[in-house]
Amino acid sequence: MRFRDTITFAGITLLSARKRTGLMLVAMAIGVGSVIVLTALGEGARRYVSNQFSSLGTHLLIVLPGRVETTGGHPPLVGGTPKDLTLNDAAALTRAGSIRRIAPLSLGSAPISYQQRERDVTVMGSTTELLAVRNLALAKGRFLPPGDPSRESAVTVIGSKLKKELFGNGAALGRWVRIHDRRFRVIGILKPLGQSLGVDVSDTAIIPVASALSLFNTHTLYRILVQANSRDAIPKARKTIIELIRKRHDGVEDITVISQNALLSTFDGIFRSLTLTVAGIAAISLAVAGILIMNVMLVSVSQRTEEIGLLKAVGSPARQIQQLFLIEAGMLAIAGATIGVITGVAGVWAMDNALPRFSLSVPLWSVGAAVAVALLTGLVFGILPARRAASLDPVQALGGK
Amino acid sequence: MIRLEALNRTFQVGDESVHALRNLDLQIESGDYVSIMGPSGSGKSTLLNILGLLDRPDSGRYLLDGTDTVTLSEEERALFRRAHVGFVFQSFHLIPRLSAADNVALPMILAGVDPEIRRKRVQTILRSLGLEDRASHRPSQLSGGQRQRTAIARATIMNPGLLLADEPTGNLDKHSGEDVMNTLESLNAQGITLLVVTHDPDIGRRARRCIHMDDGGVASDRFNASTTPDAV
Repeated sequence: MRFRDTITFAGITLLSARKRTGLMLVAMAIGVGSVIVLTALGEGARRYVSNQFSSLGTHLLIVLPGRVETTGGHPPLVGGTPKDLTLNDAAALTRAGSIRRIAPLSLGSAPISYQQRERDVTVMGSTTELLAVRNLALAKGRFLPPGDPSRESAVTVIGSKLKKELFGNGAALGRWVRIHDRRFRVIGILKPLGQSLGVDVSDTAIIPVASALSLFNTHTLYRILVQANSRDAIPKARKTIIELIRKRHDGVEDITVISQNALLSTFDGIFRSLTLTVAGIAAISLAVAGILIMNVMLVSVSQRTEEIGLLKAVGSPARQIQQLFLIEAGMLAIAGATIGVITGVAGVWAMDNALPRFSLSVPLWSVGAAVAVALLTGLVFGILPARRAASLDPVQALGGK
Repeated sequence: MIRLEALNRTFQVGDESVHALRNLDLQIESGDYVSIMGPSGSGKSTLLNILGLLDRPDSGRYLLDGTDTVTLSEEERALFRRAHVGFVFQSFHLIPRLSAADNVALPMILAGVDPEIRRKRVQTILRSLGLEDRASHRPSQLSGGQRQRTAIARATIMNPGLLLADEPTGNLDKHSGEDVMNTLESLNAQGITLLVVTHDPDIGRRARRCIHMDDGGVASDRFNASTTPDAV
C-alpha cells in the first residue's frame, strides 16, 4: 500500500467519525498544551529570579551583619549580639585585595515631599560607588559625588517613578525636596530598571550614606555591597572580607557574606527541577490521553469488525491492517499535538501580554518533548487495538462476530 | 484449476465438534460455472471460505492453479487471495464512507497500484457494469442492485481467475437479482471461474454444474450443459 493512500484512507476514517476523533484530539491537545504552558511558566519563574539576581550587579558579594548560620556545639559564653557594621568597616574593606569597589548601604523608610506632594519611600544611603556596583544608570543629571563617605551632603538622586509622582512632567533637577526633616537638592534621576530583590529602585531616593545614617540616627550599615575584581576572585574576596572584619570585631566572626553567584545557581537549580516536575505532572495527562485513544480505538475496531474482515478478504495481510490502525493512531496523535502546541503557545503568548512584569516564552525543548511524548503515547496505546484488528479471523469478522 | 483432496474441517461448538467438511474431494475446471446448494449447515459456506483462502482445512490438500495453498503463511495467503480470488457477499460489504469508485479501487489501493492506472481501470470496469454515473456516490446512495454490482466490480478489479459468490442475490429483489446474475454470468463468459453458493433453486439451476452438499460431503453433482446462458 502506498504511503499516501494509507494516509488518505486513515484520514477518511478519522473524518467520518467526527465526534470520536474530536474527543481524542481534545484529550491529546490538553495534554500537550498543558506541558507547554506549565514549562513556560516554570522557565519564566526561573528567568525572573535569575534576572533579579543579575540586576544586582556583577561579581557581587553582599556583607550583612550577624551570622545566619547555625553551628553545632554549646552556645557561646559571651553574648552573641553582633557588633555593628560601620562605615569604618566599609572603609577598611576598600583597601583589601581582590576587591574592586565597595558600596556601603544604609536603608530606611522616610517621607519625601515636594511642595504639597508627599510620599513614603525607601531611602538608600550610599556612596558614588553604588552606581557601578548595582548596575544603575542615570536618566538625567549626575550621581552622588565622590568624596569622603563620612561627610554629609544635602543631595539626592531619585528614581524615575518617584520623580513622576513628585514633579509630574516638570523639571526636577536642582529642585529642593524634603526628606523627613531635612532638605535635599535633586541632582540626578535614575533610569527605570524595574524591581530588584523586592526593592523598586524607581521608587527610592538615594542620599549620601553619612546623611542617611544621621537621618535614621544609627551607626549600623544595612549591608556592604562588594564588587570583586573578577568572577574567579569571588572566593578570595570573601575570605579577605571575613578575615578583615573579624580582626576589626575583636576576633568574632559576626558577619555573613553572600555571594550572588552561589545564590543564583541555587535558585537556578531549584527552579529548573521545579519546571521539570511540573512538566512531568502535565505529561501524566498525556498518558491519560493515550489511554483514551486506546479505548476509543478498541471500540472502533469492534465497530469495524466487518470492514476488517472485508479488507482481509480483498487481500490485506494482517501486517497491513495493523499498520493502518497504527497510522490512524499516529495521525490522531500528531493532529492532537499540533492543536496542543498551537493553543499552548497562544496561551503562553496571551499570559505574557497579560503579565508585563513577568516575561514568558515557550522553551523549544518542551515543544519537542511534548510532541515526541504525544506521538509515542499514540503509537504505544495504538498497538493493542491495531494488533486486535490484525488478529481477527476473517470468516468471523465478515460475519460481524 | 481447483483440486480438493480429502478435505476435512471441524468446528468446536461448545462441547460438540461439528464436522463441516468430511473427506471432501472435488475438482473444478478453470472457466467453469458451478453452483453449490444444500441445507444450512451442510458445509457449503465452509467450502467457499476454504476455496477463498479465508479458512484453512484441518487436513487434506487444496491446489489452486497448481499451488498447494495449505502450507502458505497468513501473509502469502492474503497476497494469493488478492491476485487470484474475488469475493461477492450477500450483504455487499461495501465501506460506507468511501465512494463507489473508491470501494472498487480498494484492492488496488491495498496492493499499492499506481493511482493513474487505478483511475483508468475503475473507470473501465464501472462503465462495463453501467455504473459510470454512480462513481462518486456513497453506498448508501445506491440501490441494492447497484451496490452488488459495485461489489462485483471490486471483486474483479484485480482480474482474478476465481470468483466466489455467497448468496449474491439473497438481499435483492427478483429484478435486481436477475441483473446481478447476468453480470456474474457475463464475467464467466469472459473466462472467469464462477462459483455461486445459493439457497435459491432457480439461481442454482442456471449453472453448468450443480453440486448439492449435505453433511459436509457432496450429495449430488450434475452437469447441465443445456442451460448454459451463452454458449462459448
